[in-house]
Amino acid sequence: MTGHGRAAERSRTIELGMPTPASDPHRHLRGTEGFPAAAHRALADTQLRRNLGHATRTIRAKRAGVVAELDDWEELRRAGEAIKADTMARLPELLVQFEERVTARGGVVHWARDAEEANRIVVDLVRGTGADEVVKVKSMATQETGLNEALEAAGVAALETDLAELIVQLSHDRPSHFLVPAIHRNRAEIREIFLREMPDVDPDLTDEPRRLAMAARAHLRKRFLAAKVGISGVNFAVADTGTLSVVESEGNGRMCLTLPDTLITVMGVEKLVPTWSDLEVFLQLLPRSSTGERMNPYTSTWAGVTPGDGPQAFHLVLLDNGRSNVLADAQGRQALHCIRCSACLNVCPVYERTGGHAYGSIYPGPIGAVLSPQLTGIDGPHDVNATLPFASSLCGACFDACPVRIDIPSMLVQQRAAAVDAHTRRTGQDVAMAAAAIAMTTPGRFKLAERALGVGRVLAGRKGRISTLPWPLSGWSNARDLPAPPAETFRQWWARTHGGT
Amino acid sequence: MRIAVVATCLGDALFPQAPIATVELLERLGHEVVFPADQTCCGQMHVNTGYLDAALPVVRHHVEVFGQAFDAGVDAVVAPSGSCVGCVRHQHAMVARRAGDEGLARAAEQGAERTYELSELLVDVLGVTDVGAYYPHRVTYHPTCHSLRMLRVGDKPLQLLRAVRGLELVELADAEVCCGFGGTFAVKNAETSTAMLADKMAAVLSSKAEVCTAGDSSCLMHIGGGLSRLRSGVRTVHLAEILASTDRDDRSADIVFDRAEVRP
Ligand code: SF4
Repeated sequence: MTGHGRAAERSRTIELGMPTPASDPHRHLRGTEGFPAAAHRALADTQLRRNLGHATRTIRAKRAGVVAELDDWEELRRAGEAIKADTMARLPELLVQFEERVTARGGVVHWARDAEEANRIVVDLVRGTGADEVVKVKSMATQETGLNEALEAAGVAALETDLAELIVQLSHDRPSHFLVPAIHRNRAEIREIFLREMPDVDPDLTDEPRRLAMAARAHLRKRFLAAKVGISGVNFAVADTGTLSVVESEGNGRMCLTLPDTLITVMGVEKLVPTWSDLEVFLQLLPRSSTGERMNPYTSTWAGVTPGDGPQAFHLVLLDNGRSNVLADAQGRQALHCIRCSACLNVCPVYERTGGHAYGSIYPGPIGAVLSPQLTGIDGPHDVNATLPFASSLCGACFDACPVRIDIPSMLVQQRAAAVDAHTRRTGQDVAMAAAAIAMTTPGRFKLAERALGVGRVLAGRKGRISTLPWPLSGWSNARDLPAPPAETFRQWWARTHGGT
Repeated sequence: MRIAVVATCLGDALFPQAPIATVELLERLGHEVVFPADQTCCGQMHVNTGYLDAALPVVRHHVEVFGQAFDAGVDAVVAPSGSCVGCVRHQHAMVARRAGDEGLARAAEQGAERTYELSELLVDVLGVTDVGAYYPHRVTYHPTCHSLRMLRVGDKPLQLLRAVRGLELVELADAEVCCGFGGTFAVKNAETSTAMLADKMAAVLSSKAEVCTAGDSSCLMHIGGGLSRLRSGVRTVHLAEILASTDRDDRSADIVFDRAEVRP
């Protein structure tokens, strides 16, 4: 079938296909416990708290500095928002155009409905080359699908080459941040990991950052030169040229993209932008928001294959895995605008204190709290992802930081409503909220309810404050006093001083 | 000007000192204040906890009560709370539209246009920064999230505080970071909320202020509840009370600790 014929057939499939939630074969989108329980352990880890506090504070300051340099930052944000909104509004046709361009330039496009399908396609492609080791560029999409586990099950070793990702892989840990997956580790811990897990490491390794980087480089270099297959994700893909791009700091990504014979790229369908010139906006927004740099050190772009230069086989796997489902929700689809800069994580006071693991999903922080439950869907009242939209004080710092102006606070409220809708029987909270709504629409009852507060004065006794409350309000009184209710409500004061009522 | 006051449900029932101060301040400035007595709550608790359907009648009730006040000649509505005004301005129409009630959404938007947080009303509408207050204390100001990022009140509260005679304003480190209240967040995620509160209290204590003020009784209840537990000796006092204070009438009662001293 010609590229065009396949594209035409595909466009029919997109229109008729029923969107489904993401498949999550390796539980990378759902943790094993709800946020409050996971946060409980994270909050008790004082080393984690110090590492996170230090790291996020540093990145926040850098970001604020470079953002303040641009007097058109707000216009750039609005441009980024508009381009993403336009892309999502016509994603099916743009994807078809993109597939045509990639195919015309010598790439092979594969469509994957879910995580299993994407993994199967990649495993088969790697097997076809006969390789038993692949080098990987840091990628959220392949973490989402659990590709490394799938490759391992097929006897293929996947080597993460991003320094922080390598640290996570060596320590058999999970990433806790988009950009700095090992943000929860300090350099003394990293030295320990290297000494324990790198076979050929210098036993006199210190925790000096340069020495650590050199050790990682020595570990990786031989493997780059030997690798036959590279696997990457994508930061941006351009529909009208078929170009893909990866933005990074270390140059290890570029080695994976250029040295092996075969390059396999896994891309979430939302990574698209319509035209080449749209990159102008995002290549300004992303580095300033993520690393706090004016420009990132390495921006690689490629399209198809070039005879005699770079990989001679290029496969692109377009991953849906719940994204069509998110796209179908006019309000929720904003979550697909995310460019994974992690600015919202770094400014979030909840993330700063609990770290990324507390969110269970590989997408942590404010954006994760709205994206993860949308990708997986909320599967009944006990779904741990239903706790994520509540893991926020709605302080709004995420919206202000987001380079594409995703209104995360409003989305959190919408996702809370979805979580409440998933209740299969009425909870105590449901009953209390319904009763409060009745009192609040019936002024007479509201006054009565206020009088019932007199009980609080008895609770408070002569000391004038309440220090213990029954569960669930004990969550409050464990750390904070409450005042005794006043002798006179405002309404009573008004009646006494102004008459009426 | 004829101004209707939103006592807010929390202010009516638990912290009347803030709406009382608001009334007395506006009357001192020569305005007529009215209290639409059928008011109850803006519905914020329902909205922010995800009960958008249950919020609908609460929103409708608020819009109707204050719609009648506007019909009766009220020029503006004021609430001594950034988060309640934030709910009115940014959530009421959303709740109505989600339920398919376009008429209510439009009425809500019209009402919201003339509903102000206290510092907005004073600085933007009434054009005053010096309200003639006297408050001889060392004060630090915590900008609450909803007044800062939902309403964008900016430095209006600081302009007002700087004009208060006798008041020494001291800077709060990391002032713009949330105190950890977040409504039901403080109960549902109590431990995370407490960790945020701990850092806010540390900043307040290291500012060496006698008094921590803010424009929301809810956040003050949280910060003050923590400071009270520590017996820290720092008072939490609503902005309206400071602005209502004069050389004859110092309102330095702590929001939690000094309940017995709240003047009737
Ligand atoms: S939601 Fe916005 S701020 Fe957060 S990671 Fe995505 S693009 Fe960055």
